[in-house]
Amino acid sequence: MDLGTAAFPVAECSLPVIESAPVGQRYHRLLLDAPALSARSRPGQFFHLLCRDGAGQGPYLRRPMSIWRCGPGQPLGFLLHVKGKGTAALAALRAGQSLSVVGPLGHGFALDPTWRRIFVLARGVGLATLAPLAEAAGRAGIAVDALLSARAPEDLMAAEFAGGSGAALRAVFDSDGTSEVARLEAMLRAAWRLAPPDAVFTCGSNRLFLLLQRLAAEFAIPGQVALEQQMGCGLGMCFCCVRQIRAPDGTVENLRVCAEGPVFDLQAALAW
Amino acid sequence: MVDLSVRIGTLRLANPVMPASGTFGPELAQVFDLGLLGALVTKSVTPEPRAGNPLPRLCETEAGVLNSIGIPGKGLAHFLAHAVPEWRRFAAPLVVSISAPTVAAFAEAAARIAATPGVAAIEANISCPNLEADGRAFAMEAGSAGAAIAAMRAACALPIWAKLSPNTAEIAPVARAVEAAGADAVVVANTILGLAIDIERAAPRLGAGMGGFSGPAFKPIALRLVWQCAQAVRIPVIGVGGIASAEDAVEFMMAGATAVQVGTASFVSPTAMLGVLRGLEAFCARRGFARVAELTGLALPAREGQPAPVLDTARAAAL
Repeated sequence: MDLGTAAFPVAECSLPVIESAPVGQRYHRLLLDAPALSARSRPGQFFHLLCRDGAGQGPYLRRPMSIWRCGPGQPLGFLLHVKGKGTAALAALRAGQSLSVVGPLGHGFALDPTWRRIFVLARGVGLATLAPLAEAAGRAGIAVDALLSARAPEDLMAAEFAGGSGAALRAVFDSDGTSEVARLEAMLRAAWRLAPPDAVFTCGSNRLFLLLQRLAAEFAIPGQVALEQQMGCGLGMCFCCVRQIRAPDGTVENLRVCAEGPVFDLQAALAW
Repeated sequence: MVDLSVRIGTLRLANPVMPASGTFGPELAQVFDLGLLGALVTKSVTPEPRAGNPLPRLCETEAGVLNSIGIPGKGLAHFLAHAVPEWRRFAAPLVVSISAPTVAAFAEAAARIAATPGVAAIEANISCPNLEADGRAFAMEAGSAGAAIAAMRAACALPIWAKLSPNTAEIAPVARAVEAAGADAVVVANTILGLAIDIERAAPRLGAGMGGFSGPAFKPIALRLVWQCAQAVRIPVIGVGGIASAEDAVEFMMAGATAVQVGTASFVSPTAMLGVLRGLEAFCARRGFARVAELTGLALPAREGQPAPVLDTARAAAL
């Protein structure tokens, strides 16, 4: 039932799958035909997907999935790591079948138009969450330096990240040791001493989040992190997806990743 | 045109469909007009602020979920000052669910809620599993359930709905006890205690260990409890447990419920309550029921000294 209207910012509706295709060995992309929803979705927001394969099989609860592609005239896209029965059901969908979605949900990234250059640090499929941010920055005339960390070159999804953003990419890998945190720290320190970015963004790794949080604090650079968490309702009603977030006054409270997030201030989020 | 209104004691609801406490919030207004619902039932509020339970708080099963959220919240004072005014922007009657650790605390909370304008009824969550007491709750025994409701009854004039627990040997004596104590309705039923274990970690999947089970797999149990309570008391029964469709709601009403609550289904489909409401109306129209209230108790056995509430067979045959 499509009850989404302009009066209600969140829609529950069934969308046609335009494209469903594997990306490398472990990832999968889904493109949906949803002009209105795609146009009003923002980088960093997510949809709650009913993970049912073509035969209707799949887990009971929906799965939250951050937006990989969105915008006026673009299909609504998701890039997922196929690792459980929910994502397996999604990967089993074929073009022409339909997918029930609820969204767009949550608070996305904020871009300050006065910024000249941002730095993006992504690990694994976390790059899917950051890809639309890079595109939005590119459209706003903000340069993007991106550092992508992956297990091995075959897991790197450089094209999936960059799209048409024009981001300057650099990749590091576990397979050759270049992704080691100490090496990344040295690399970032050297680069930022010469030219610090105006803001930094990350998603996908606790280790890299902690590194970026520490360095950004030291260099006094603002930052944002997109957090992941198991969800029940995706709307803020069930209080299962809370994470510890530090308020400006120093107190720590449990905030809902779905409702107050999933994007939080880099310094406010606590490690997981 | 089907008359969807129902009466719960002195309270008249525009329709019998409302959310189950704990699965609902003003956030759902992002999806549809909450004024369409029969009532708005809040997440349970406790006298003092609570942080809630350790994560994970939710665990999926084949056809339902286990939860142990732990009633996180900012406490009753904050709720009355901030949440009640926010709820009042919706037209549907506001039912405030309260949970408290003692009989005296239940009574005090009821009095404070009754002193706040804009609340139509209190749902007494005397059945939320208290994990610190090994899952025991007021609603497990007739004596403690009746005592909590009697104290609230003495403390306020608002309608009181007692939310009963499936975690009891016999629910009928508990239902009769809260009726005798002055409850205006029973809400049947809360989640049933359950457990799931992560066999790789050899530990419970939920951070708190046990949890309350809800969802489609719980429906036959909740339906049986409604059926038993409807035969035990004369106050209205509000049915809840695994309702996801209008057909589910019709079953609960035929088992004796005057109204229904939709809970876990709203996690899977945020518009589930609208689907139930529209489907109920369509069912009544198709079967020739002028009032949805006519469904209540149709499948119950006849009570002694009363004619059986059966279908108008001549009309049914003509349909």
